[in-house]
Amino acid sequence: MSVLDSKVPKGPIKDKWTDYKNHIDLVNPANKRNIDIIVVGTGLAGGSAAATLAELGYNVKAFAYQDSPRRAHSIAAQGGINAAKNYQGDGDSTYRLFYDTVKGGDYRSREANVYRLAEVSANIIDQCVAQGVPFARDYGGLLDNRSFGGVLVSRTFYAKGQTGQQLLLGAYSAMNRQIARGKIEMFNRHEMLDVVLVDGKARGIITRNLITGEIERHSAHAVVIGTGGYGNVYFLSTNAMGSNATAAWKIHKKGAFFANPCYTQIHPTCIPRSGDYQSKLTLMSESLRNDGRIWVPAKIEDAKAIQEGKLKPTQIAEADRDYYLERRYPAFGNLVPRDVASRAAKERCDAGYGVNATGEAVYLDFAAAFQRYGSEQAKLKGIKNPSKEEVIKLGQAIIEEKYGNLFQMYEKIIAENPYETPMMIYPATHYTMGGVWVDYNLMTTVPGLYCIGEANFSDHGANRLGASALMQGLADGYFVLPYTIGDYLSNDIRTGKIPTDTPEFDAVEKEVQDKIDFFLNNNGTKSVDHFHKRLGKVMWDKVGMSRNAPQLKEAMAEIKAIREEFWKEVKVPGSGSEMNLELEKAGRVADFLELGELFAKDALVREESCGGHFREESTELDGEQKGEAKRNDKDFAFVSAWEYKGEPADAVLHKEELEFNDIELKQRSYK
Amino acid sequence: MNLTLKIWRQKDSKTKGQMVDYKVTDISEHMSFLEMMDVLNEQLVNSGDEPVAFDHDCREGICGMCSMYINGEAHGPDRGITTCQLHMRMFNDGDTITIEPFRAKAFPVIKDLVVDRMSFERIQQAGGYISVNTSGNTQDANALPISKHAADEAMDAAACIGCGACVATCKNSSAMLFVGAKVAQYALLPQGQVEAADRVKNMVAQMDLEGFGNCTNTGACEVECPKGISLENIARMNREFLKASIKG
Amino acid sequence: MSGFFTSSIGRKYAMALSAFFLMFFLIMHVALNAVSLFSEDAFNQASHFMGTNPLIQFLMQPVLMLGVVFHFVMGFILEIKNRSARVVKYAKNNGAANSTWMSRNMIYSGLFILIFLVIHFLDFWIPEINTKYIVGDMSGLHDGSFRYFHELQHKFIPIWRVALYCIGFIFLALHLLHGFDSAFQSLGANNKYTKGLKGFGKAYAILIPLMFIIIALFHHFNH
Ligand SMILES: Cc1cc2nc3c(=O)[nH]c(=O)nc-3n(C[C@H](O)[C@H](O)[C@H](O)COP(=O)(O)OP(=O)(O)OC[C@H]3O[C@@H](n4cnc5c(N)ncnc54)[C@H](O)[C@@H]3O)c2cc1C
Ligand code: HEM
Ligand code: SF4
Ligand code: FES
Repeated sequence: MSVLDSKVPKGPIKDKWTDYKNHIDLVNPANKRNIDIIVVGTGLAGGSAAATLAELGYNVKAFAYQDSPRRAHSIAAQGGINAAKNYQGDGDSTYRLFYDTVKGGDYRSREANVYRLAEVSANIIDQCVAQGVPFARDYGGLLDNRSFGGVLVSRTFYAKGQTGQQLLLGAYSAMNRQIARGKIEMFNRHEMLDVVLVDGKARGIITRNLITGEIERHSAHAVVIGTGGYGNVYFLSTNAMGSNATAAWKIHKKGAFFANPCYTQIHPTCIPRSGDYQSKLTLMSESLRNDGRIWVPAKIEDAKAIQEGKLKPTQIAEADRDYYLERRYPAFGNLVPRDVASRAAKERCDAGYGVNATGEAVYLDFAAAFQRYGSEQAKLKGIKNPSKEEVIKLGQAIIEEKYGNLFQMYEKIIAENPYETPMMIYPATHYTMGGVWVDYNLMTTVPGLYCIGEANFSDHGANRLGASALMQGLADGYFVLPYTIGDYLSNDIRTGKIPTDTPEFDAVEKEVQDKIDFFLNNNGTKSVDHFHKRLGKVMWDKVGMSRNAPQLKEAMAEIKAIREEFWKEVKVPGSGSEMNLELEKAGRVADFLELGELFAKDALVREESCGGHFREESTELDGEQKGEAKRNDKDFAFVSAWEYKGEPADAVLHKEELEFNDIELKQRSYK
Repeated sequence: MNLTLKIWRQKDSKTKGQMVDYKVTDISEHMSFLEMMDVLNEQLVNSGDEPVAFDHDCREGICGMCSMYINGEAHGPDRGITTCQLHMRMFNDGDTITIEPFRAKAFPVIKDLVVDRMSFERIQQAGGYISVNTSGNTQDANALPISKHAADEAMDAAACIGCGACVATCKNSSAMLFVGAKVAQYALLPQGQVEAADRVKNMVAQMDLEGFGNCTNTGACEVECPKGISLENIARMNREFLKASIKG
Repeated sequence: MSGFFTSSIGRKYAMALSAFFLMFFLIMHVALNAVSLFSEDAFNQASHFMGTNPLIQFLMQPVLMLGVVFHFVMGFILEIKNRSARVVKYAKNNGAANSTWMSRNMIYSGLFILIFLVIHFLDFWIPEINTKYIVGDMSGLHDGSFRYFHELQHKFIPIWRVALYCIGFIFLALHLLHGFDSAFQSLGANNKYTKGLKGFGKAYAILIPLMFIIIALFHHFNH
């Protein structure tokens, strides 16, 4: 029997949440005034939670490392947000969204959580519209939907290519209203550096004021962590430069279990790296794969010539191109799921067929689409015998209408016109399904310590469907946490203010201060980025899109070595009593250097391929699916929850067995 | 390419700052401007100096953190982009590039190129929201049809990333484009009507209190705005403000 | 409306309204002056009417004066406030990259107009007031016929004055090239229906001052 209790309520799946809400303890409004809650992170998850908790009457203290809640990385989400509204009447339902999410997650998520997510999804859209979020509409004035990521219904709501931005601004506006009322005290440019436990319960945090460098103590009756994902462990990712695992990792070290760190989503359509100076990667919407065909040269000589800049893609004859996705997956072709597309690109590039100077890029070609749409248009417009150029022109106009802004963005970054020459793309780390383990109440293994949004592990299993992260963040913050936290806090109405002048706070503050002093006095020789880049390279090469036992073991050893060198050789200029960006980075990279090792260890233990986690040892050996990922439900249908025991390598594994009562387990097939 | 950089260095808000010259070499034209700054900073760290502090986060033009005044223009010489989206191919070997923080009384410098934009926060808090609680019982989203035209226009206004380039660019350090965009977004939507009068009055009052200058309609903000926020939003705000004032 | 005119936007309304008033007056003024190109007689009649009609003299004229004073005083107030909104100036600022010279220098074009107005007042208005209200001669006659046209022609004999007028009006044109559109924008009139105004504004800003210049030149060469 494991120590993990998921606290999933009894009863049929569709009644669990309603029953739960009917039976929890509530805190009366007068008592809420005496209860403080700390919310770390103001992205979709933290922002929506902070606003809602303040509306309910709690005193909220919210923290973000940026200068405004509006700048959390949720702002960068482009595509959209799912909700089972069935406005299109195409057969969508709570069950179908639930089913798609569990299946998309390759059957590695907790059924009850996902069902609840699907259940509240519709409310999210209502709430956001009421807040003034300008979702796209059709000419009748009703909300428009698009389809996303290989599901059979259109349930994705969007606001141009800026859905995350608009949703975040909605949550931000709700926060502003509460800040103005004095119910939220907002701490911008504050970084949480540790959590404080009193009698085993989370009762506060230690932060650094990033402007003055001051180390501060903040107390509360409960602490909520919504600090986003840890994709930056790879150094290069589509995450923001400041995205970090510090809060999540620090609570892990204080007792919160860390679940499934190896589940990472590598997104296939990102703009490739152009050189070693590259600081981050930019996502191009997945929708491009609807019209683009992915290829590399079929002949290695051609690939070499292209890499050296001696040949242009347009000079390669049709017969000399390898449309490898269409070749390998005739049924789904260019529309295979993210993980499959990413691995296939890596496979070709590793074999030497990459198409830019770094050898890490494949083409996404719209020539066929220009042709197809062009002749369609020519017919529609009644143009007889159109010239080749005319057809292409007409087709380009259609593509421009659909993806104009993406083409423009591409051209700004790469300085090549994608209407004339095929785009180059390459996979990049995009999302981390793993994270802090939480129960049905979104509480970690530490009482009073909650984790929401991308920072927790729930809901997406081993792979996340497009447009589901925004849904989860807002579901957690607006509709789930406000109930579940009340149940916990109902026992705290007589506790009174939590003092900060206690030995517990003293001790944690000292730990934090010592670490900072260490960095500033270390007198090393290498910059923080130097180590971060090295960590990233190991992670990408050995714990990236496809993994195997020997390499994972090497990775663990190498990361440990880099970490040891980091502590000896890192150099952090400046002082602690001022804005010091290198110091901020040093703390974050220190945590990544530990997390990375646990990540590799988790990947090593999971000897199956599932979702974003591909083990070369676990593939189909024969038949039509030969070489494809093979899941092992018999031995691995569990959540890996890691308990901290000093060194990452010593972490202890706890398994939460996953039960599937409402969904039948199936192997994925895209052939 | 090799470049000379003239960069504003200022220890903190209380200390006086000055322009300091730096040299960087072997800059690739494919680098982004901030990657070029990373190179400079790596160089400074390695030689034991303090790196240049600057704000940045998403590096894809959406968070609104990055904020440099490059060669006399907010977000540099290119159009429709933020500093992080500026590429070095806009410059030539041997160029001297002047880099300053966004300047306005309402945006005091925190350090080097980092400025304090809390004034924007306070303006939003003064009324940049619709008062609706998260009850889970709000009416169905489609119970309130909104014309596509109004929704699209509201979206265009809502695209503002709050970077402050409009203020930095404006010869008067006016924040009207930023405030106008927010006022217009809600003014265009039926949900925003109930509080419309109070919203515009309170937001404008806060804007005035923060010490931003007045609009002379030069249109510089619209040109430099990375998100193409239109001057029409300021006109709309002015109308809304008059309407609200007449109502009393 | 409490606080409206002390708010930033309220001040813009006030500025724009005073400017509209001035622009309207300018049309009247140029129309009247233009008459002098065609008919001495008509010009004299009109001038006499304007100069002696109590409504114009005791209502319109003070309002106009107040309008001018209000406009430039408000212009100065705004300029001072705007300057103080940026304490440390940029070491390098490339204003030309994003805005017109006219829009950035309203205060200077305005100042030149003000200088011109002072001279204009000394030239025409003060003598008029002197003749009419100090000396008390409301007849408008000189040696038995109306004096207006002759006085006008007489003023434009010296080339320096013509040149000064031309420069004054060039600055007015510069002021209006930005000011016309700007006033509409300030009043909130900027949307898809007002696009046509832009062209009209340009025409107004150039043609009206040009007309004044032509009149001045005409009388210089035709006296
Ligand atoms: C480029 C991109 C596109 C995406 N597109 C989509 C999409 O179309 N649809 C979709 O559903 N999902 C998408 N996602 C995923 C989705 O955007 C994220 O998973 C989600 O927004 C995460 O929200 P969050 O609130 O958990 O975290 P974030 O929005 O990352 O917020 C983290 C918050 O924590 C704060 N913080 C972090 N560390 C600390 C600390 N130590 N101390 C104090 N504060 C801290 C930060 O200041 C910030 O406020 C996309 C992601 C990316 C990167
Ligand atoms: C007497 C000397 C004058 C001075 C000092 C002056 C000054 C100014 C200034 C500084 C502005 C810009 C105000 C702002 O910040 O928006 C302005 C605007 C304007 N001025 Fe003048 N001006 C003068 C005369 C005139 C005259 C004679 C006219 C026209 C007949 C005129 C027409 C305008 C117009 C149309 C505007 C634009 C109003 C707006 O933006 O709302 N000005 N003036
Ligand atoms: S209006 Fe434009 S320039 Fe001003 S803050 Fe918004 S995005 Fe930036
Ligand atoms: S860093 Fe986010 S907009 Fe430039």
